[in-house]
Formats: sequence, structure tokens, C-alpha cells
Amino acid sequence: MAVISSIALLVTEYRGSQLNALRLSLSYVVDPLKYAVDLPSSLVNRASESLGSYATLIKENSDLRDEQLIRQTQLLKLEALEKENVRLRALLENSFKLGEQVLIAELLSINTVPYEHILVVNKGTHFGVHPHQPVLDANGVVGQVFRALPLTSEIMLITDPNHAIPVQINRNGLLTIAVGSGQLNQLNLPFLPSNADVRPGDLLITSGLGGTFPQGYPVGVVDEFTTEPNKLSAGITATPKSLLDRNRELMIIWSNSTPVPLISKPNNTEPTTSNNTLAPANE
Amino acid sequence: MNKTIWFCQVTLTVIVAMCLRIAPWSSSWELFNPDWVLLTLIYWSIALPERVGIFHAWAVGLLTDVLTGQLFGQHALAYSLVIYACLKLHKRLRQYSFVQQGFFVFCGLLLSQLLFFFIKNLRNPAELNADFWLPVLAGTICWPLLCVLLRCFHLSKQTDIEHR
Repeated sequence: MAVISSIALLVTEYRGSQLNALRLSLSYVVDPLKYAVDLPSSLVNRASESLGSYATLIKENSDLRDEQLIRQTQLLKLEALEKENVRLRALLENSFKLGEQVLIAELLSINTVPYEHILVVNKGTHFGVHPHQPVLDANGVVGQVFRALPLTSEIMLITDPNHAIPVQINRNGLLTIAVGSGQLNQLNLPFLPSNADVRPGDLLITSGLGGTFPQGYPVGVVDEFTTEPNKLSAGITATPKSLLDRNRELMIIWSNSTPVPLISKPNNTEPTTSNNTLAPANE
Repeated sequence: MNKTIWFCQVTLTVIVAMCLRIAPWSSSWELFNPDWVLLTLIYWSIALPERVGIFHAWAVGLLTDVLTGQLFGQHALAYSLVIYACLKLHKRLRQYSFVQQGFFVFCGLLLSQLLFFFIKNLRNPAELNADFWLPVLAGTICWPLLCVLLRCFHLSKQTDIEHR
């Protein structure tokens, strides 16, 4: 009886997503466990924050203020660049997407399955998170929302072996796909021919193809490699820009799905909290 | 009265086992992290075969599926199969020494791990490396310890009742 029902469940879920409702309702039962397991480490974090000495706090504060000033000035420039870009795009009669909303989600330090690069964060559908949303950190692309539950959501990292992300080489605009390798510090670029114009140190940015990831966010840096002339594909690898194993705060992005209207209403574009790395991408 | 007691005991231990399952271990121990939920279920099915049945195992398996974000039903299937074997053999298993029980537990864990791999492979062909079997080994080693701990917990509450 139980065997038949579990096999039935397996088959139904394998075929489609009719069981999502069941999973959502059951997740109300088990999600508190995730928070419970996360509690000790977050308590330790909080304790170390509150026990930090006055001097270190002051120093940290001034550092942050300096950094914020620098960022702010960069943002000033970004705004001008964005406007200019919209104008130039309008000249080319080309629509352009701008303005993304972000939600900061905190990682729950739990560990669901070994061998799969899946993180759990503390924001779920209650905050409007939905599957296939891109997730970033301060340095680059982290992954995408794989499954959104009411209280938590699961994020698949770009290094998961089942994940592929369309990228572009920032230097020359060469398009390719970066596939996860199963190691946290490596991405594979299996579809580059050996005569492709790639150099070690090239920055990979999202190309915006495929529609999941907005264009222009940094993904990784091409590693050193040696080309073998008799091989068809040059097994080129890249290192992810984001600190996949070190950060606790991630940003979930809502990209503006409607393109910005050309020149008619440029005021509508809200340059919200977009990443400062947008600027060099929009060449 | 007794009914609520055993129910609380089983629920509590299963919750602890689920927490252990998803606890953030260091990466070296993570490879060894055994399936605590299944081990706990095996213990209870041997200790209270008339109370803990296949349906409980199936329900706990379903919750574990949600907890670990796996395909629905794979833990449920594996747990109910293993618990079925436990219930069939519980009289014999109670007489066994830890070594013999350990062998049985090894077989059970191996069966569940095999099922997981089989299901994973159906979804997307995966490669099988030796690390995949480490939780089975670790689970077998942890079994006597867990068994003693759970028995202490189980019996301490029961003697409390009898004293009253």
C-alpha cells in the first residue's frame, strides 16, 4: 500500500508539478525545523556582534561610511550612464531593460543533501519569491531560486552540476554557456571551441539570453588554461566571482519584465538599488 | 495515558533526528552524515512494533522529502520498505547482538541508499562514487550508540510511569 502510493507520488512529481500544493502545506510542518537548526549559528553570530568592542564597532562604522560614500559617487555616475544608455538605445531603436528590485535574504545554515549545491534562505513565497528568480551577492551571480516554499526557499548555485547559465565574455561579447562543475570554485565552459578568443582573466557576465538572469552581472573569471591543438573543445574553466561558500546575505532579484519605453517616458525608469557593476556591461 | 507518552517520545526523537539530518556539519563529516531519521525509525519499529507501523514510516518519509527538498516519495518509499522488513523480523532482531543487528541495519541503509541513487539516476544520470556509500557505513557504526541512547530515553520514561 505504502509502496504503491510512494511510487505513485514519485511518478506524479516526476511528470509535472501537481503536487506543489501538498509540498507547500507539508513545508509548514517542517520549515520550523530548518529555523530551529539554524538557531545556534545565528545566535553565535548575534552574540559575537553584540560582544564586539566599542573600538572595533567605531572602526567598522567609519569603514562602512567611507565605502558608502565611494559607492554613492559611483552611483551618481551610473545614473547618468543609464540615461545616456537609454538615449543611445533609442537612437538604435532598441528596447532596454533597466531597474531591478531586490530582496535581501539570509542564508539558513543547514545542509540538506550532500553533492547538490542547494542553499536554503529565510525568505519564501510570503515575500513574493517565485521559482527561477536570479540570486546575487555583492560580487556576482550566485544562482537561481529552485523551489519557493512559504517560509523558506531553495537556491540552486551556479556550480551545481545540473545548472547552466548563459554568459558572455565581457571583453569581446563572445556568447557561451557556463555549466556547474560540482565544485564550489569552478565553472566549466564546455561549448567553447579551441580557437575561441578567450584569454585567462577574462570576465564572464550574464548575457541575458534565456530570460532568467538579467544582462550584465558578473559571473566568473576565466582560469589559466592550455590549449591542445588536436582537441576540438578546449576544456576551459572559470572561477565564480561570488563568494559561494562564505556569505550569509544574498539578494533575490525581480527583474523588470517590461522593457523601458524608448525616449517617450525616460522618467519612468527607476534606477533603484541596482548593482554598481551594471555600468561597464552596457557598452 | 501511555499512548500519549510513547507518541511524544517517538515524535521527539524523530524531530531530533530530522534536525541532525540537516544540521550544518563540517564538510568532511557531511560526507559521513548517516540517515538519522531511518535509524530512529528502525529502533522504534523494533521496540514498539505494535505502535509504529509502515504508515508512520511513510509519513515521516514524506516529511523528510519536503525537508531535504528531494523528489516527493523517495524517502517515503525507502522508509516504508525498510520498516516493513523490521516489523516482519522484529522478534528475531530483538534477540540479536549488536553486531548482528548492525548487519541488518547495514542492509536496510544500503537498500534505502540504493533506492535514492536509483531515483536520482532516473531523473538525471549521475555518476556513482565511493563517497556515496559512506553514510551507510557511518550509520552502521552509529547504530549501537543510538540504540543505547534511545533505549535509555525510552525506558526512563516508562519506569517513571510505573513508579507513579
